[in-house]
Parts: sequence; C-alpha cells; structure tokens
Amino acid sequence: MSVEFDVTETLDVTGLNCPLPVVKTKGAIDEVEAGGVLEVTATDPGSVSDIDGWASSTAGVELLDQVETEEDGETVYRHYVRRDE
Amino acid sequence: MSTETGDGADPSLDDATAVREQVEALEERLSTVESRTESGDGSRKMTIIATKGSLDMAYPPLILASTAAAFDWDVTVFATFWGLDVLHEEHSKNLKLSAVGNPTMSVPNLVAALPGMDAMATRMMARKIDENGTASVEELVELSLDTGVELQACQMTMELMDYDEDDLYDGVTTGVGAATALEGMADADIQLLV
Repeated sequence: MSVEFDVTETLDVTGLNCPLPVVKTKGAIDEVEAGGVLEVTATDPGSVSDIDGWASSTAGVELLDQVETEEDGETVYRHYVRRDE
Repeated sequence: MSTETGDGADPSLDDATAVREQVEALEERLSTVESRTESGDGSRKMTIIATKGSLDMAYPPLILASTAAAFDWDVTVFATFWGLDVLHEEHSKNLKLSAVGNPTMSVPNLVAALPGMDAMATRMMARKIDENGTASVEELVELSLDTGVELQACQMTMELMDYDEDDLYDGVTTGVGAATALEGMADADIQLLV
C-alpha cells in the first residue's frame, strides 16, 4: 500500500512513547507552512489513537491518513498531518 | 372621540423597550459565562494539583500537562508537598519508587521492607523507562515548560522543605499559594488532584 502526499516536512519519533509522539508532532506542525503536510514516523502503537484524537480536537490541523507497515520485523506507523491554510 | 390613551404613551412600546433591555442584559451575562468557560480562543483550561513525589506518580501530571499543551489548552500544574520534588532540578532526577504497599510488586511487604528493596524497585523501573523510550521526568518538565505549561511551586511547601527558588527549574513560577490554585481551578474546565 503506497500513499502519496506532498510531504513538506518529516518527523521521526521512532522508539519514543506517550506523550512524546503527540507533543513532538504538535511542535513540528507549528513549523510547517500553511497547506503543508507533515509525515510522522512512529513505532508507538498508541500513536494511532493519540494522533487521531489530537488532530480531531486541535484547530488548524487535519489528519489525512495513517499507514501501518512492517519494516525489519517492526511495526511502523506513519501519520500524515496537514496544516490548514 | 374619547379613546383612553392615559398620559399619551403607548403601553406596547414600553413593553418592547423593557424586553429589549432584558435581552441585552441576558446577552451580556451569556458572553460573561462564555468567556469563563472558554479561554478566549475557544480552547480549554486545565489545572492539575500535583502532590506526589515518587517516580511513578511524577508521570501522570506531566504527561497530561504536556499533552494538553499540544492540544493548545491553557495548562497550570500547581505542585505542593512532595509534588514539589518534581520541579526540583536535582531531586527530580533521583525520584524513588517504594516497594512497600505496592501490590504490583511480586514481593511480599515484609520482604519489600528490607533495606535496599526501594533502591532495587527504583532501578528496575528506571531501566524499564529507559528501555521503553518513555521520557524521563526531567525531559517532561522541560517539555512542559517549552510548550507553555505554567508550572507553579507552592510557596508554603517551599519554605517547609527549605527549598530555594534557584533549586527549581528555570521558568517555574514561585510565590503562589492556595488562593492562586483555587482561582485557577475555578476558571478551569478540568481540575485534577494527583
């Protein structure tokens, strides 16, 4: 499954756990220009629900997609967050 | 023509003015209520009273506070009694876990009370925290301050424990007491005592 977005910024939070994926995502999206898309790479399974919950109750951001893949025997979660214009 | 007009004023006009005044008064009250429930931009407000200084109990207030800041909420953590150690730069790096009275420990209380058991329990948890990619207490305090969380240190406890303002992390608010905490709680959408 391949997802194509015009990713403008990336954030690597692999190996980090709650609350860091959400807190770092918030910090990173503030740096993204309006209309830009942030790709967040995480290994915390809780990040799927947490980033979804954060995005739906935070103004100015939109969660475009969440993709789960197996890489080197590890589950990796990619979250695509768009900053509204 | 002898229609009764009293002093010449139309009574229905008086009623309309009275109703309009009432509506204006109610609108004003509504906007006051709205400004209390929403801190301006529509975001929420949370106040946490943090009273615990053990390694395990340092986490919940800091995790909730830093996450709420990511939601753009207005967050205050008022630290009192042992909670103050979480804001103490040196002590926060050496918080302990008690093995006694902790039902999740697999050792009986009698054994847990032996010398060295608390240190062992603390080492075990610190190692798990590290292996798990969970942030340290120090990291979470710094993160909270960076993301605009207001960390307050209870003045009375500062004096009780003989702590100096310089012992605390830079950016911690001092010189506050119960009245400040209550004021924050009264304004908040969410109030928690941890």
